Amino acid sequence: MEHRWGMAIDLDRCTGCEACVVACHAENNLPVAPPDQAATGRTVHWIRVDRYYEGEFPDIKVKYMPVMCQHCDDAPCEPVCPTYATYHNNEGLNVQVYNRCVGTFYCANNCPYTVRYFNWFDPEWPQPLQLQLNPDVAVRVSGVMEKCSFCIQRIKRSKEDAAQGPRPLADGDVKPACVQSCPAEAMVFGDLADPESKVSRLAENGRATKLLEGLGTKPKVFYLQRAK
Amino acid sequence: MAPAPELLPYAKIREDLFRPLSGAGSSYWLTMLAALAVVLAGAYAWSYQLRFGMGVTGLQRPVFWGFYIVDFVFWIGISHAGTLISAILRLTEAAWRKPITRAAEAITVFALMIGGLFPIIHLGRAWYFYWLIPYPNDRLIWPNFRSPLVWDLTAIITYITGSVIYLYLPLIPDMAQLAEHNTPWRRKLYRILSLGWTGSDREWHALERAMKLMAGIILAVAVSVHTVVAWDFAMTIAPGWHSTIFGPYFVAGAIFSGIAALIIVMALIRKVLKLELYLTDHHFNNLSKLLLMMSLLWLYFTMAEHLTVWYGNEPEEMTVFNAKTRSAYAPLFWGMVGLNFVVPFVLLGIRRLRTIQTAAFSSVCVLIGMWLERYLIAVPTLTNPRLTSATSSYFPSWVEITITAATFAGMVMLYLIFAKIFPIIAVWEFKPHVAEEE
Repeated sequence: MEHRWGMAIDLDRCTGCEACVVACHAENNLPVAPPDQAATGRTVHWIRVDRYYEGEFPDIKVKYMPVMCQHCDDAPCEPVCPTYATYHNNEGLNVQVYNRCVGTFYCANNCPYTVRYFNWFDPEWPQPLQLQLNPDVAVRVSGVMEKCSFCIQRIKRSKEDAAQGPRPLADGDVKPACVQSCPAEAMVFGDLADPESKVSRLAENGRATKLLEGLGTKPKVFYLQRAK
Repeated sequence: MAPAPELLPYAKIREDLFRPLSGAGSSYWLTMLAALAVVLAGAYAWSYQLRFGMGVTGLQRPVFWGFYIVDFVFWIGISHAGTLISAILRLTEAAWRKPITRAAEAITVFALMIGGLFPIIHLGRAWYFYWLIPYPNDRLIWPNFRSPLVWDLTAIITYITGSVIYLYLPLIPDMAQLAEHNTPWRRKLYRILSLGWTGSDREWHALERAMKLMAGIILAVAVSVHTVVAWDFAMTIAPGWHSTIFGPYFVAGAIFSGIAALIIVMALIRKVLKLELYLTDHHFNNLSKLLLMMSLLWLYFTMAEHLTVWYGNEPEEMTVFNAKTRSAYAPLFWGMVGLNFVVPFVLLGIRRLRTIQTAAFSSVCVLIGMWLERYLIAVPTLTNPRLTSATSSYFPSWVEITITAATFAGMVMLYLIFAKIFPIIAVWEFKPHVAEEE
């Protein structure tokens, strides 16, 4: 069966702790920008936690929203890439081929979610973080674009394990790093092609919304929040 | 008013126009050296960027396009000086075109050579730029023909090929005249370039036909090139870019800045090469009127673009609109309106004020204004993305500024070299009774 990977994020549960951001850094070999670069907006976070404020201080409410690549079914970044460095694979993932990227920046300019990140320099890690690089994930060179892959290496590993093991791949077997590390269990990952999967049921939930849905990009990340 | 240059004796025309080719004063070499120094600084800046990465620019997420893309659109715009103007004047057989066409066509070729570099300079991995070219390769991968950048590459390669031919064709008879030059290397060069031109009736007819044909082709190519450049922006869904009028808006802006560049170059060569008899008030007057007309057309397009956005009042579009007209970019925006409309409208619209000096001054203003226009199209949209959490700002680094300066110096350098090797005004065009026997 063909998979269609998707994610549901319960914003009413998210506490904005950013454990997902740290987990993503560790899992996906994200470079750590030195302070001067970070100050100019050159950080790379495949998942980031946006903050929105409601009301005036001291009567203020903060709303957190983890934003990563939405893996749009009609992704605006894909047709504009002149070298097919970004394309849709048969499991609905919007994948990025680092070796194919020449760095035109076009995909990032056409991404309404601004979730594409660029390698401004060769990556570097402060000691001793260089010792924890994940061998399953390529380290990207200077000059290429990158973004959330839904931890494609974990998807692949789970499928391979299932093929060798006693039972087929079950719902919840694949857990991207952010989902795994979320202490509030606000994030659910799974197969949207399976109507019984948890993420499919959450996507049908009355609280489910999509980010910038009106653009017609058909994102596969669902945000659950109470309607006001 | 000075008499039309067509009425001068041909022997004098020949002498006057071939004279600048020989000998070079100290001011020529000084200008050349200064330009070369700036070009070398630009080359150093680019190599620095290649060595360390795009981080040496002022770009940052989400402002991924900055000075380089602005420069690219600007220079491609300048390139519309030659082809369009010279092709239109040639096709309509405007007699006053004669001393103008070659200067214009040379601008086109050089502006394209410079502008065509920027899509490569702005790449994260510039050394792989050829992956955009559809060539058979062992990986069996084609470029993505849906990407406007591939259209762009195709358009620019077509345009530069066409405009080199378009510049070269009318050079042939002059090359043949110069083949008797007394410097050995020049004699050799001109003899090769004249392709064995003897000046027979058949050759003249063939040349006339080829030039007419190329003028027609190059017009279509020029319009399509800048339309495709506009579509790099318009094909996206970014607020402020996704606009249906960008194609014609960019073409009009390109012709506008092209005419301005032509006026400046003509005013300079008139002074430097002492061609006052050939580039007269009459030519500048006509070009000034063209510039004035394009200024009004530009104002119309700018108004059409911004008024509809403002009236529509969509929040995301308005964020960009407000950034441009009311907050961070407002001084640049209103400065642009002043430079592109108020200055030419006053100086060239009032007949008493319309002189060679004011035409040149207005043209400098227009060039600055049109550069700002491209900046104001590219940057405010990127600093104000749809998700407000990513809102950012942009300021260029020394690398971007140096490379930008180097392109202007490069233009001066290429033009100086060209004017020393080739007559900047087509001499044979003044030859009496050339193609009369139809």
